[in-house]
Amino acid sequence: MADTTVTHTGQALARPAGLQGVAADWSSDQRAFKNVSWGKAMMWIFLLSDTFVFGCFLLSYMTARMSTRVPWPNPSEVFSLHIGGSDIPLILIAIMTFVLISSSGTMAMAVNFGYRHDRRKTAILMLLTAALGATFVGMQAFEWTKLITEGVRPWGNPWGAAQFGSSFFMITGFHGTHVTFGVIFLIIVARKVWRGDYETGRRGFFTSRRGRYEHVEIMGLYWHFVDLVWVFIFAFFYLW
Amino acid sequence: MVDVTPADAVPPAEVAEMELYHPHSWWTKYVFSQDAKVIAIQYSATATAIGLVALVLSWLMRLQLGFPGTFDFISPEAYYQFITMHGMIMVIYLLTALFLGGFGNYLIPLMVGARDMVFPYVNMLSYWIYLLAVLVLASSFFAPGGPTGAGWTLYPPQAIMTGTPGGQDWGIILMLVSLILFIIGFTMGGLNYVVTVLQARTRGMTLMRLPLTVWGIFTATVMALLAFPALFVACVMMLFDRALGTSFFMPAIVQMGEQLQHGGGSPILFQHLFWFFGHPEVYIVALPAFGIVSDLISTHARKNIFGYRMMVWAIVGIGALSFVVWAHHMYVSGMHPYFGFFFATTTLIIAVPTAIKVYNWVLTLWRGDIHLTVPMLFALAFIVTFVNGGLTGLFLGNVVVDVPLSDTMFVVAHFHMVMGVAPILVIFGAIYHWYPKVTGRMLNEAMGQFHFWVTFLGAYLIFFPMHYIGLMGVPRRYHELTNTTVMTESAHDLNAFISIMAFLVGFAQIVFLFNLIWSIRHGREAGGNPWRATTLEWQTPETPPAHGNFGKELPIVYRWAYDYSVPGAKEDFIPQNMPGSFGTSREPA
Repeated sequence: MADTTVTHTGQALARPAGLQGVAADWSSDQRAFKNVSWGKAMMWIFLLSDTFVFGCFLLSYMTARMSTRVPWPNPSEVFSLHIGGSDIPLILIAIMTFVLISSSGTMAMAVNFGYRHDRRKTAILMLLTAALGATFVGMQAFEWTKLITEGVRPWGNPWGAAQFGSSFFMITGFHGTHVTFGVIFLIIVARKVWRGDYETGRRGFFTSRRGRYEHVEIMGLYWHFVDLVWVFIFAFFYLW
Repeated sequence: MVDVTPADAVPPAEVAEMELYHPHSWWTKYVFSQDAKVIAIQYSATATAIGLVALVLSWLMRLQLGFPGTFDFISPEAYYQFITMHGMIMVIYLLTALFLGGFGNYLIPLMVGARDMVFPYVNMLSYWIYLLAVLVLASSFFAPGGPTGAGWTLYPPQAIMTGTPGGQDWGIILMLVSLILFIIGFTMGGLNYVVTVLQARTRGMTLMRLPLTVWGIFTATVMALLAFPALFVACVMMLFDRALGTSFFMPAIVQMGEQLQHGGGSPILFQHLFWFFGHPEVYIVALPAFGIVSDLISTHARKNIFGYRMMVWAIVGIGALSFVVWAHHMYVSGMHPYFGFFFATTTLIIAVPTAIKVYNWVLTLWRGDIHLTVPMLFALAFIVTFVNGGLTGLFLGNVVVDVPLSDTMFVVAHFHMVMGVAPILVIFGAIYHWYPKVTGRMLNEAMGQFHFWVTFLGAYLIFFPMHYIGLMGVPRRYHELTNTTVMTESAHDLNAFISIMAFLVGFAQIVFLFNLIWSIRHGREAGGNPWRATTLEWQTPETPPAHGNFGKELPIVYRWAYDYSVPGAKEDFIPQNMPGSFGTSREPA
């Protein structure tokens, strides 16, 4: 096997506890993060970089919102749906958030079953995660359509500051793109699990490397990150 | 915890051998190659090619500045386009790509004792996306309206307005798309470099045994992964402002008596985003240079680097501090004046670790067995140049000094000295140093000496007078300055002199390019370790290193990278993979 997760030294690494253990790891040879595979380390560092991207987006949006002299549209009114004779604020966003958070749950279960080599359950749970993700994107498309029919454009809207529409489409669009990529890769990894690639050591089409069940977990890291980012977008864009 | 003593006990391998992709055809071996060494050459060649374009652009600017009114084809619009493209290409597409994509790819796996980067396929994609970014950028020369003339910092609102060349044409769009592509491509490569250093070192290679070259490139890559997001976001937002008519950066504007559609945006926001990337970018270029120059000096002075640990912590400290100094580029932008106090203070604090590094280089040279080889000459020239550029940086870091000097040629001279000439000198030195490993042959010494002296002295003849005319008040970014009070007769003469020197230095690079090509066939055979250096890349079984770098067995590291002239040892260098105990090493315990 190529890059391995676990330590195959034949002897357990005796590590001091706490901060001393951290210092020992960082002053050791070969690896700074013991028992962390290359793929997982790479995903964590990518997510750190991506955090800065979303951080910059959100900070820019907050700057725009605070510095504009035109009133900001009231999110509770803009994002309300007319159901059963009354306007319910943020109802769609609440459902979307519920769906996305639930998909994190199914993803976590998929990781668990993956490490138990339960191919069927892993694949089904991943596909379920992908379905929930696709539902989220679908509801987002509905939300966009509704706002566009009401006259919201990136360059202006009927209720107030033009930056409302610009920030909204940019930030939710960028997040939706992340979810969409996640759905695509979830389906790819689910297919590999289903086919048993990680049991037979079948090589990747592009990379010509063998995969492992850890890929499910790395996929999960990305997915949970996208969820977490949504929580911040929810808090800063819809609740503020 | 496994206790590692320098001489013997090396912990067992934690990670199984990496599985390499073995190319089957010429295409997968040399074009769509997954070998970091080939990718490094591809990166370097592409960066050099686009860098030569930027060099020609600087000549065109100097033609106009030195001899105003003589060349009709250089219109004010064309001049601004030259400025913009010259700056952006040199900073991002040449220096960043060459240091991280070029030297990073070649040296990191070899120096840490890995067979390749951890994800060679992603690494390959990184290069091809970089190439795409370069092609998109270059295509703007042929687009209607030409490339953008917004100045290399692309400040809004003027960057996307009519009247600015490329502002309402394709120029600015292609520039922003190219930058976005560059950042995506770089992220793919950068993740590889970071994970390779952290997780794929060979047995015995602790972080505190890494050559400083790797420390410099590693820290710069981490910084780039955290700084480029700001540029990415700024580019996306400006692209929306230009293409969709949003107003992130566009305030209410009246142009030619007409109120524009834009309104309510903040141009200063762009400056903050741009410089949150832009200042770390200075050190993304400088830190690899710091690292490489440390290794050149130690090897060619046959002495261990002075204060290795201090050097490492200085690199890390500079990297961290560079994220809290960005607004010193914005003293005259109209931001809150109190910010100036904070950013001036942090700016001056960053001089401390930088000065530590300079002192340590000098102390490494102290009583060393200095060989004045071409790489060493370039390394020494770097120290001098960096001190010069750094000192003017102290001037400009102070608000009260910066305000009158801002937007004069003094600033141009300062940043060309510190992040133009200084890193380029290191790149030259590094090429003369590692060329024998890449090709198996030495670069021609006579041509190298000629190249060095013309480049080094020429750079000073260009930029020293530029400081002077800047102090006289000659502003930068002006197409033509005839008959103004600041442009005295002598300032005109100096401008003409600077231009002639710029042509000379530029032409001298032809000797270097010729040397690069000529020496592949006609250079002296180098052998595996011509400089008698300690680091792992010189200990490979084949030169140039084969696919997989180290033959059957990965090297095991028993010592740090700086065991030169160890008292009591037979040879004046002890390779890192040499077992046993010799004399009294200065390796920190």
